[in-house]
Amino acid sequence: MKDYWKILYNGIVPGNPVFVLLLGMCATLGTTSSAYNGMMMGIATAAVLVCSNVAISLIKNLVPDKVRIPAFIVVIASFVTVLQLAVNAWLPALNASLGIFIPLIVVNCILLGRAEAFASKNGVIPSLLDGLGTGLGFTFALILLGGTREILGTGKIFGATIFPEDYGMLLFVLAPGAFIALGYLIAIVNKIRKTV
Amino acid sequence: MLTYISIIITAIFINNIVFSQFLGICPFLGVSKKISSALGMGAAVTFVITLATTVAWLLQTYVLNPLGLQFLQTIVFILVIAFLVQLLEIVMKKTVPALYQALGVFLPLITTNCAVLGVAILVIQKEFNLMESITYGVSTSLGFTLALWIFAGIREQLSLTAIPRAMKGVPIALICAGILAMAFMGFSGIKI
Amino acid sequence: MKKLTSTLPNMLISLGTVTILAGALLGWMYTLTKEPIARQMQEQQEKAISDVTPAFDNNPEAEKWTTEIKGSTFTVYPARKNGILVGAAVKGSTMEGFAGEITLMCGFTADGTVKDYRVLQQAETPGLGTKMETWFRDPTAARSVLEKNPATTDFHVSKDGGAIDGITAATISSRAFLKVMRRAFDAYKEYQNKIDTQKEAK
Repeated sequence: MKDYWKILYNGIVPGNPVFVLLLGMCATLGTTSSAYNGMMMGIATAAVLVCSNVAISLIKNLVPDKVRIPAFIVVIASFVTVLQLAVNAWLPALNASLGIFIPLIVVNCILLGRAEAFASKNGVIPSLLDGLGTGLGFTFALILLGGTREILGTGKIFGATIFPEDYGMLLFVLAPGAFIALGYLIAIVNKIRKTV
Repeated sequence: MLTYISIIITAIFINNIVFSQFLGICPFLGVSKKISSALGMGAAVTFVITLATTVAWLLQTYVLNPLGLQFLQTIVFILVIAFLVQLLEIVMKKTVPALYQALGVFLPLITTNCAVLGVAILVIQKEFNLMESITYGVSTSLGFTLALWIFAGIREQLSLTAIPRAMKGVPIALICAGILAMAFMGFSGIKI
Repeated sequence: MKKLTSTLPNMLISLGTVTILAGALLGWMYTLTKEPIARQMQEQQEKAISDVTPAFDNNPEAEKWTTEIKGSTFTVYPARKNGILVGAAVKGSTMEGFAGEITLMCGFTADGTVKDYRVLQQAETPGLGTKMETWFRDPTAARSVLEKNPATTDFHVSKDGGAIDGITAATISSRAFLKVMRRAFDAYKEYQNKIDTQKEAK
């Protein structure tokens, strides 16, 4: 039982995909213009990650080593397409705000990375937890970055006003702000990790 | 003719793939420590993007659209890219070993470079014809190479500078990228 | 179970199985979502039309009429009540936005006064050009385009001598917005002329 907690926790804090492993940067920077967008992207990625991790740990013995990467890519791409169709059908507003980054979940290094490093070597339940933990860690990071950019840029968080929009630094909603905000957040995480 | 010039300028400067579309960030951060490897990566990416965009466009127009299978786009494109990268690696190894020596190490990284899949999907979304798609593919990758090249130059200098410990490596690189992105924002709104 | 070895038949069989399973999953999902996706798209269009036009009881979608205004296509969705034209929604776009295409659904009452509008698609700078969704409804100063008639009010930004205040720091976006509005109005007038001449012919 304790091991399971450890697997779950590992993805969220010590092995956080964004702040520690520095994976999945494109989606991290591209979809975090607001806390809400970041959260939705995080959840979408987490959903695909959990499904692909479970599926890959189920078929791991049926796939010979030499063709494992193409097989994993097919599995991940199918789940992404399922997600794409579901979003189109039931959440069209999300499609408009995340745009091209939904199909691009396929090439998010986190997915293939977890498949290769964890799901292809472990059982179904640990793989599920690993997917869930890493997914939650990713979502958490995206909300943090999206929230920081939204507050600094527009004075709002999840759409609720903190201070008047006229005092916001628009730069943080635009492209350069994404790089700068993420740079400082990673620096802060580094600082905390070194002192703890 | 004007459309092509407009596509080229837009893709390289105005909507630079790294600084304004956030695609291809992983290699942008990973392979930008030295100018020589940055240029190598740029060349490899240019090669793959051009080839992949062409094949993806042909598949979309002559296979997926007539059969009404547009929803398979993502899965077909990523398999095409993975296949092309593998093929390229084998062909290069056998025919031009010198080039393989120079670019080989970057090739496996390209499958998961979202710029390649991103450009393939974008040319379909923008409803470009074949020539426009190829032009867009080539100029986008030139934009990518330019971004990587400038950035590697900055990072070579940066490695000689005293930087607070927590900021070393990726954090300072991201902040520099932010300042570069600001410079590229100056191009936005230009009309051709 | 032991891991399969990398022999050629094994590789082909396992890759084939994975692909077939993935294909089956996708096919099933596709049939499941096909209908909701089509319905969503239609509902969005219908909602945009009914949001911007006076109350109607016909099917504007079925009576749509397209025209070319200076090289771009405008679609007029006429709204009728008891058979009388009470206004129309006009869908049109321009490529002259700050970052490419802007598509609007503009609603007019029978005499051509702007009833409302919806921004269907845009890629303007966040926090500047994107304000167009609310800015041109704002009653402050001369920002609003609602209740104004392009025939009597000059639909150009005040910077260019017009009667509408453009968005601060987003003049290009504002110009593009008003251009679509003006052309949509022209398209609507063209449609009215067409049905008038049809009536006279009868």
